This record gives sequence, C-alpha cells and structure tokens, in this order.
Amino acid sequence: MKRRVAITGMGAVTPLGVGADALIERWTAGETGIEDGEGRCDAFDPGDFMTRKEARRSDRFAQLAIAASEEALGEAGWSDGIPYEPARIGCVIGTGIGGLGSLEEQENVLRERGAKAVSPLSVPLMMGNAAAAALAMRHGIHGQTYGVVSACAAGAHAVGAGTRMIESGDADAAVVGGAEAALTGLAAAAFTAMGATSPSGISRPFDKRRDGFVMGEGAGVLVLEDAESAERRGAEALGEVVGYAATSDAHHLTAPEPSGADAARAIELALEDADLTPSEIVYVNAHGTSTPLNDRSETESLKAALGDDARRVPISSTKSAIGHLLGAAGAVEAIATVEALRRGAAPPTLGWEERDEDLDLDYVPDEPRPLAGGNGNGARPRVAISNSFGFGGHNAVLCLRG
Amino acid sequence: MEAGVTTDRVEQVIFDGLVEVGADRDAVSRDASFEDLDVDSLDLVEVSQIVEDEFGVELEGDDIKDLKTVGEVIDLVVARSP
Repeated sequence: MKRRVAITGMGAVTPLGVGADALIERWTAGETGIEDGEGRCDAFDPGDFMTRKEARRSDRFAQLAIAASEEALGEAGWSDGIPYEPARIGCVIGTGIGGLGSLEEQENVLRERGAKAVSPLSVPLMMGNAAAAALAMRHGIHGQTYGVVSACAAGAHAVGAGTRMIESGDADAAVVGGAEAALTGLAAAAFTAMGATSPSGISRPFDKRRDGFVMGEGAGVLVLEDAESAERRGAEALGEVVGYAATSDAHHLTAPEPSGADAARAIELALEDADLTPSEIVYVNAHGTSTPLNDRSETESLKAALGDDARRVPISSTKSAIGHLLGAAGAVEAIATVEALRRGAAPPTLGWEERDEDLDLDYVPDEPRPLAGGNGNGARPRVAISNSFGFGGHNAVLCLRG
Repeated sequence: MEAGVTTDRVEQVIFDGLVEVGADRDAVSRDASFEDLDVDSLDLVEVSQIVEDEFGVELEGDDIKDLKTVGEVIDLVVARSP
C-alpha cells in the first residue's frame, strides 16, 4: 500500500500579500490583488528574506520561491533543524518560463554593450530549475531536486511529483511548489499577441463577458511529509495530498481540447488515486483562467468527470483575485484549496455576474460558501480537487484533504 | 584606456566592485581573501568586467584563478595598466 502524504507547511507570496493567510483571508473577503490589469507582488521585499548577495544571484521568480519556502518550512517546524535525513528530502519547483526578467535584461546588455559585458550570472539566473536549486541550497536538501516546466500546470505537476516521491518511498519528505515572475514587457506583448490576455484587464472566470486572463506573479511552496513520519514527530498535518493524476490533450499548441475529455480523465484518475467518488468532493478549485476557451472546456470536463455532482459542488477560481500566476498557479491554488477546506468556506469567484450559456455550474458568485463536512469527531472529512491546465495540453489534477 | 591609473584608483574600483557583488564593505581590504569574503569565481568574473570597463585591462580566468587576496588582484591590474 502506498504511503500517505501529509502537508505540514504552506507558504505563499501573491498579489494579495506575503503569506498564505493574506491569500486566503483577503480572497475570501472578496478583495483583489489585481491592479491596472496585472497581479504584482507589491508587498514583497527580497531584503526581508535574503542577503543582498543571495538576492542578486536569484531572479525574481526564485526570490519569490525563497520567501514562500521560509513560511512553509517555518510552519512545518523545520526552521530549527530539518527533521529528516537531508538525502531523503526531495525538492521540486515548477515554473512556466523561469528567469525571464534576467534573460531580457542580459539580452539588452548583449545588444548595447556586447558579448563581453554579459553577466556570468545570466544562466543561473534564467534557468528554469533556479528556484529548486536555490531552495535546496538554502535549506540543505540533498534528495532529488529539479524544476518542472509545464506552463500553467507546472505548480500542480511539482506537487504531484513530490507526492509520488514520498508515496513510492523514494523520499520521506519533499519541498514542492511553483514560482513565476514574468510580468515583463516581452511576456505581456507575447501573451497579448496570441490573444490569451484580457484586453479589459479584468479577471472574471466563467462570466459571460470574460475576455482573457490577467497576468500575475508569485510563488507557493508546500512541505510534504510521509504522514506516519510526520505523526511520529508530532507535526500537525494541515491537510493531505490524497490523489494526483496528469494527462495530455495532444490536441493543440495552446487551445484546450473543447470537450475537455483528457482534463476530465485527469480528474477521474485523481479521484481513483484517492479512492474517492465525486459525491465525496465538497469543493473544486478551478483552473478558471477567465479565457473564453478554458472556462468552457473546464466546465465540460467537470461535468464529464463528476456527473450530477458537478452541479452540486461549489467551484471557484483563485485567478479571479490574483490573476494567472502561470507556473506558480497550481501550487498557490493547492494552498488556497487546503486553507478553504480547513476554514470550511469556498472563497467566491470575484467578478462573476453574467451567466454564459452552457457554463451553468455553481461558480460561487459574490459571497464565500460554507462547505459541507468538517474536521471534528465523526464529521466527514473535507476533500476537494484543484485543477491545473497548461499550454501544450498538459492537465494536472490534485485531490486534497483539508 | 585611461592614462594615469593610480593604485588608489584601482583599489577603490575593485573594493566597490566587490561590494557590488555582495561582499561586506567592512570586511573588504587588501589583505582579505576571496574565501573570507565569500567571493567565488562568478563574482570575480563580474569584478573583472568592471575593471575592464574602467581601466581597459582584461583579466582572463587563468589570470585570476590562482589569486587568493584582493591585494593580489589590485597589483595585477596596476601592473597591466598603461
């Protein structure tokens, strides 16, 4: 039998502020971190978390991951010493693009001042595994460590990879998550050119007037531990990763397959992995990008995978409050999901006002929704699914218990 | 290349460069070793770029890989300056 995977620490830096509490509390209260059409982490100051030297050797995406990891490891009780053999801890951090800001900066140096002026730090700043490397070095992690690159599914793939590592016995613990800092001129122009981002600058997933996603930046990091080991050392489990699955559309470079068939299969496989039925799911944290195509195909996939329960279960999108954090989204949303389950309330899909034909599920407009189940004696444990889908047709679904 | 490069001027540029790459200003001196300053080969390439911009003196990896202290680099740059 595979080992259970407990979540013992969570940390987030998002446009709603520094900390997982800022994310869940402000989102649940209906506040938005989106300003002037983007979700920037204005409250984040690298100097609060790292030396000047560490900061200049890390692209902003890695800096955000470092900050999120400090919170997560602190909550797990790892700050005064890591309770596992370092070689038995893994580290997997997803990103959509990596150190894009550093790449653009050095491209300018190359054009303006020539090859000899290009920084020797360029490669370690821009490489997609930089955040995973930074966390391993900072925390002394010696198990398998790598970055996951699967566009907007990367954060969820990273959580899934760490989960599998522990389930299989390859590791006893894993520091996993996602990080992204791609609010650059090139990324904005490129996403605009492909018609993915919102011309209105408004994130309103599943609303009839949705016109694209709003770019955001941030990071989410979770500490996963073999549940029995965590219990033995007296650690509090904030939740569990009870199921995970990933599939591929093999359909189009960017567009989701319209029927959502492979996304639905990922949801079904994640439920199967968790040994759960749709009737036991109390909440869905949707990928919900606010693009016309995603929100339609995701609705189709939920109907296909959950059947009649798709109409019962509250579905909301974190992207309505913070925008699309690309490779960080899956990790940040997993954290939001666990916190929603722990607090017993589904935060609302902000900005949802007008029903689109066929998008006829319960997207939790206006107010947070109390969730069924509970954490007390005899109460049915709350379980949710968190969807992440990436350009390229990558689907990753986590099944989480709060 | 600039004429009239003085040892003081080279020292000032290299000290500032080391601080720029993250060394503690109070710890930077002629006698400080790069190990003590936590300055590695990547940092030294950055300092070399600053030196070349400022004095036109090129420092290749082979020139500096065996140097242990800040003073040794200063002396090398001064010796190679016009």
